Amino acid sequence: MTTRTDALPTQEMTINMGPQHPSTHGVLRVILTTDGEVVTRAVPDMGYLHRGLEKIGERVTYAQFMPFTDRLDYLAAMNCNCAWAWAVEKLAKIEVPERAEYLRVIVCELNRISSHLIAFGSYTADMGAFTPFLYAIREREQVNDLFEMICGNRLTYNYARVGGVSGDAPKGFLEKTKEFLDYFEPKLDEYNNLISYNKIFVHRLANVAVIPAEDAVAYGLTGPNLRGSGVPFDLRKDEPYSVYPKFDFKVCVGTGERGTLGDCFDRYMVRINEMRESIKIVRQAVAQIPDGPVLAKVPRVFKPPVGETYFRSECPRGETGIYLISDGSVNPYRLKIRTGSFVSMNIFEKITRGLMIADIVAVIGSFDIILPEIDR
Amino acid sequence: MEAQAIFDTLKGKFGDAVVELQGEGFSPAFVVVAPAAVKEVSRFLKEDPNLSFDVLMCLSGVDYKEKFAVAYHLHSLKQHHVIGLKAMLPRETPSLPTVDDVWPGANFHEREAFDLFGIVFEGSKDLRRILLPEDWEGHPLRKDYKYPDFYHGIKV
Amino acid sequence: MVGNADLFVNWARKSSLWYLLFATACCGIELMQAGASRYDMDRFGAVFRATPRQSDLMLVAGTITHKMAERVKRLYDQMPEPKYVIAMGSCANTGGPFYKDSYCVVKGVDLIIPVDVYIPGCPPRPEALIDGIMKLQKIIMQRKNYGAKA
Repeated sequence: MTTRTDALPTQEMTINMGPQHPSTHGVLRVILTTDGEVVTRAVPDMGYLHRGLEKIGERVTYAQFMPFTDRLDYLAAMNCNCAWAWAVEKLAKIEVPERAEYLRVIVCELNRISSHLIAFGSYTADMGAFTPFLYAIREREQVNDLFEMICGNRLTYNYARVGGVSGDAPKGFLEKTKEFLDYFEPKLDEYNNLISYNKIFVHRLANVAVIPAEDAVAYGLTGPNLRGSGVPFDLRKDEPYSVYPKFDFKVCVGTGERGTLGDCFDRYMVRINEMRESIKIVRQAVAQIPDGPVLAKVPRVFKPPVGETYFRSECPRGETGIYLISDGSVNPYRLKIRTGSFVSMNIFEKITRGLMIADIVAVIGSFDIILPEIDR
Repeated sequence: MEAQAIFDTLKGKFGDAVVELQGEGFSPAFVVVAPAAVKEVSRFLKEDPNLSFDVLMCLSGVDYKEKFAVAYHLHSLKQHHVIGLKAMLPRETPSLPTVDDVWPGANFHEREAFDLFGIVFEGSKDLRRILLPEDWEGHPLRKDYKYPDFYHGIKV
Repeated sequence: MVGNADLFVNWARKSSLWYLLFATACCGIELMQAGASRYDMDRFGAVFRATPRQSDLMLVAGTITHKMAERVKRLYDQMPEPKYVIAMGSCANTGGPFYKDSYCVVKGVDLIIPVDVYIPGCPPRPEALIDGIMKLQKIIMQRKNYGAKA
């Protein structure tokens, strides 16, 4: 006996999840081909924020490029500033004073906390819960206050310099940082109680868009996306740079606790746990920081030697790799920035087959992408 | 493994397709190969158990003024070493085989190199502009690129 | 009588400016933070809407590229009258730090749509954004809706 639905002709629909959308974390366009509510193909379309940073880099000097690295990933601007500074210092073999390295690590880890807070807040807001977003912004405002103390800005810091940092920590900065860490650490348990193990939240995230470990490695995923699939690779431990070897912290890996290993929930929990580890690192750094200068002597007209270098550092969204070619002049000859978000979009089409439209929002949030990193 | 040892292994297997080792001043060192051999060399680098370069960190186009180049940065999770691979291309018709069947993550990088430099990757499953609008003219990151005056009526 | 109607209508419009969540780049985060815990914009009656059909204020926050320019115009056209536009941040004002060397940034959103208030800064602090909204409220209060046109 044929049912009525068997006789109905159906057709696939092409919908635009356009550049202006509350849940795409920026101007990302996803072209969905759907059969009813089920997505058969989701193709990301990027470039709506392509500002030509790499071409700009060839026309400004090494020091002048530092503010542009802020705009590369504005939620983790300290990490991008420091990545650029470390890349240029590796090329020119500049020795950075130890106090400057400690300050860099402190601000990088604090920025990791505030970036993961936004990831947590906006992800839960996408899933429908607005309150955690307000809590996350409340905590983030305190980190913004700390950064305003040290460099004057709330979002685009321009703090690192080639050879060190622009200014020493003012009096009271380290004490205020300790106070913030003591205030913030119990909040993570509060967030877990509030939303992380909520039945609806888990149901929306668990077993959605599972990325097995071999796929994650083959597609070049990095950062929390890779660790969420169970691969324990963290640049701060495996290829340490700066003063990271002096700190004791764990690498957070997904465990498949509420679903399959490598699903959206694992990537989310990796970020929550990484905030805890960052608190540990900042505590150790504040206790161990030595006195001394904060900027090495770098010539005013800075011309690094001819050569090519590739430096990568662990940013909150993945690994930021800078491929820098110098021809001995004041401007870089070629600079290519490889970011974690750009590479994450590569696997997007593969893992979204067969999901519902609402799951697409969950996947985009679990990757924690940010558009200027993708588009540069 | 050291860069010289990797170069010697590749030279032993592929002979003349492996051109030179750029070591001094380059970090990581680059093994320069002929463009036509890029796919076989990449597959060998990935599948050989002593090398096992399973992660393609970065694929970039470069415009050295007389010619183009494509630079690959590779990393091995098992052996913990990195190496660079470079293929030099003529300026008039820059094209070389794709590596997206060796490392699927190469697809977006290749599209970006095509978009910004005009380097064609033969056999790529999807080669079209990724960052600029579809009807943009020219390839901006070339050294001889001239900025257009207007695009769709708006001053550039 | 007509003057009172003007006052009443303008007061209603300025106290419930619903803005479109149009955040392209870094200024978008300051916009979000201005609407959230510490600098609460909700107390001015300004809530964010996800769709242009239900909003009367478009806060252009962030860099506009040539690829995005067409969509900005389309979003502006989709908003119902009376509509206002605030250009927030250097990039929306004049192209920002990308003015000199970038090949694909529109040098100011006023090349595409008419702008009422410009807020400088890179990014402007949330207090500056609230100041800009208050300036827009002053502009709205001065608008003549009814009565003979001169």
